[in-house]
Amino acid sequence: MSSQEAVRHFHPRARDALNNPRIRQNFRRAMDGLMQKRATALQDHDTEALRDLGAAIRQRALSQLPDLLEQLEANCTRNGIQVHWAQDGDQACQIITDICQQQGARSVIKGKSMVSEEMELNHHLAEVGITALESDLGEYIVQLAEETPSHIIMPAIHKNTEEISELLHDKTGTQRSQDVDYLTASARAQMRQAFQRADVGLSGANFAIAETGTLCLVENEGNGRMSTTVPPCHIAVTGIEKVVQHLADVPPLLSLLTRSATGQHITTYLNMITGPRKAEEQDGPQAVHLVLVDNGRSDIYQDDQLLDTLRCIRCGACMNHCPVYTRVGGHTYGTTYPGPIGKILMPHLLGLEDTRDLPSASSLCGACGEVCPVRIPIPELLVRLRREAVDGDSSRPSVVRGHGVKRHWTEVGVWRAWAWLNSHPRCYRAALRLVMALRFLSPRRLGGWTRYRKAPRPAARSLHQHLLQRNRSSS
Amino acid sequence: MTSSDRIKLYPAKPEKVYFFATCLVDIIYPEAGLSGIELLEHAGIEVIYPADQTCCGQPPYSSGYINESRAVATKQLALFPEPWPIVVPAGSCAGMIHRHYPELFAGTPLAEQAEQIARRTWELTDFLVNVCHLQLQDRGQPRRVALHTSCTARREMGAADAGPALLRQLQQVELVEQARPTECCGFGGTFAVRHAEVSGAMVEDKLQALEDSGAEHFVTTDCGCLMNIDGHAEHKGSPVRGQHILSFLKERCL
Repeated sequence: MSSQEAVRHFHPRARDALNNPRIRQNFRRAMDGLMQKRATALQDHDTEALRDLGAAIRQRALSQLPDLLEQLEANCTRNGIQVHWAQDGDQACQIITDICQQQGARSVIKGKSMVSEEMELNHHLAEVGITALESDLGEYIVQLAEETPSHIIMPAIHKNTEEISELLHDKTGTQRSQDVDYLTASARAQMRQAFQRADVGLSGANFAIAETGTLCLVENEGNGRMSTTVPPCHIAVTGIEKVVQHLADVPPLLSLLTRSATGQHITTYLNMITGPRKAEEQDGPQAVHLVLVDNGRSDIYQDDQLLDTLRCIRCGACMNHCPVYTRVGGHTYGTTYPGPIGKILMPHLLGLEDTRDLPSASSLCGACGEVCPVRIPIPELLVRLRREAVDGDSSRPSVVRGHGVKRHWTEVGVWRAWAWLNSHPRCYRAALRLVMALRFLSPRRLGGWTRYRKAPRPAARSLHQHLLQRNRSSS
Repeated sequence: MTSSDRIKLYPAKPEKVYFFATCLVDIIYPEAGLSGIELLEHAGIEVIYPADQTCCGQPPYSSGYINESRAVATKQLALFPEPWPIVVPAGSCAGMIHRHYPELFAGTPLAEQAEQIARRTWELTDFLVNVCHLQLQDRGQPRRVALHTSCTARREMGAADAGPALLRQLQQVELVEQARPTECCGFGGTFAVRHAEVSGAMVEDKLQALEDSGAEHFVTTDCGCLMNIDGHAEHKGSPVRGQHILSFLKERCL
């Protein structure tokens, strides 16, 4: 993992994004559209019952995660899929590099995979002279721009058509155009050649089914199917939490995933991969590998509350509905996964040292938790991470790497004084009387608050005082 | 939370309630608290105000300082010995007690008491509509208003329908809807200070939506949102100013 120093600086990036009208407009428009689409797609369903089911399926899978992973490995192996285990991103990159080198591979075509982003695979492959080309349109755009995805489902959502047209013109010589179909066709033509040349196809996996040893890949563009069938070797890389127990667990999760993500009832493609090409088959890869990546996930698994983080099916609905994400966009977070899920996941992957500003970057409005298809209690997990960041709960030891990083004696002192005052009602009332008597002295400037608002003024008399007088006059 | 947790069982209208005013009402908006008490009395309920109440403990809770939150919350637990409902004129503080006290005290000797108090805590507008079945007679001038329901009233207390139900009883009041009514105003307690720019952008958008709705005035169900949005309206010099829904109802109907 390269230095994550840059991740720490949330505030300056947030300021830049807020002051960039194009970013503000691109995200607002896209997120409004996505929220509307989700609502429409779910209007004829008992959404809450479906979410209950989704949560139950994911909880059941996680409750037996070690067993299911062993079962998955056994069934994949039986199907001819070679299974590899990686403790962290670097190890996963090494495994993939080794497979590529055994194949004598010079080029890799990639379907969309956030785990490969998480471990910076393209960078690792480039170091050993292997070219990786992204074939998901959004990822392709982001790769051309030498950027990172700003959204887990729609990686280039921060760009509008004009910016994409300009980029394609600069990098590939495509004519400038506002015609999305033309731009897409041009990118498609470039990719066709790459698919034919590629020695290895790489993809993620949305679900890995333990009982059948099957990998599910959900996509719209067909590039996932091309990446996994055209090159002679297919490598799927995914997190260990993606396993589900039964084949029958997939339809409800798929139903939730596509509706929550893009408001689709179903995607254009659902690929179910159960092994390499068989003797009698005409196409498909000769070898299929599955790389299962831990990268901090088994640490999350140790804690009975934080465990809920691993339910995620990566639909992105939390970011689509997040008022913070909508305003600052994905790059502000500085992490592979942005938005609410990023705020609860990245501290585990990178440690709280490097993600110190993420848990607090939420008004705890609860919009994310309300739409999460698998009912991850995101606001509660944010509060838990805030607690970890300040070592704020003496009854429960902190467990997240880098815990206590936000603990400062001044803040501890303020809260202790606050707690003392609010635990001594007579002193609280005396303090209130003092505040009311000196209200003309109350500060007009209060840091960031008064940059946007007038400072609140204490009332002339507190409710306590009003009620005391009311009692006196009535008795 | 599963489907079964979402079923609310409203009690029969009680003779008495405990009133937990919240610190913001006590210090900044006492008239909202007085209005709430008068509306409850108008509904024929005797209001008990435990004088030793301070704060629900939410500010340090949301900031991660659980020890301090628990210390203050422990004091509040002792204020409600009789089985009367506890009503709170703010979704966020009601949510703190109703949703978070059980977790805050889990595994401690106070766990059962916290559970029991959580169960009888209600957001006040919800209580007025669904327990008191409050009937209002509008005596005010014609007015066009927008309502901002707090995220906690909406999502933690499931009380989003109560504000509109009360306002629709007022014959001279036209309730208009702003764009994105369910979006947060950007308050979020310490969030407004720690992430001032993001919070500022959110409140700018919220006030803009309220102004664009054609409302002359807005009301909120929570003092945090009120302090945030109205504080911004005052800063901006906006003609659209805010008020707690309880103050608004009391002014027009009592």
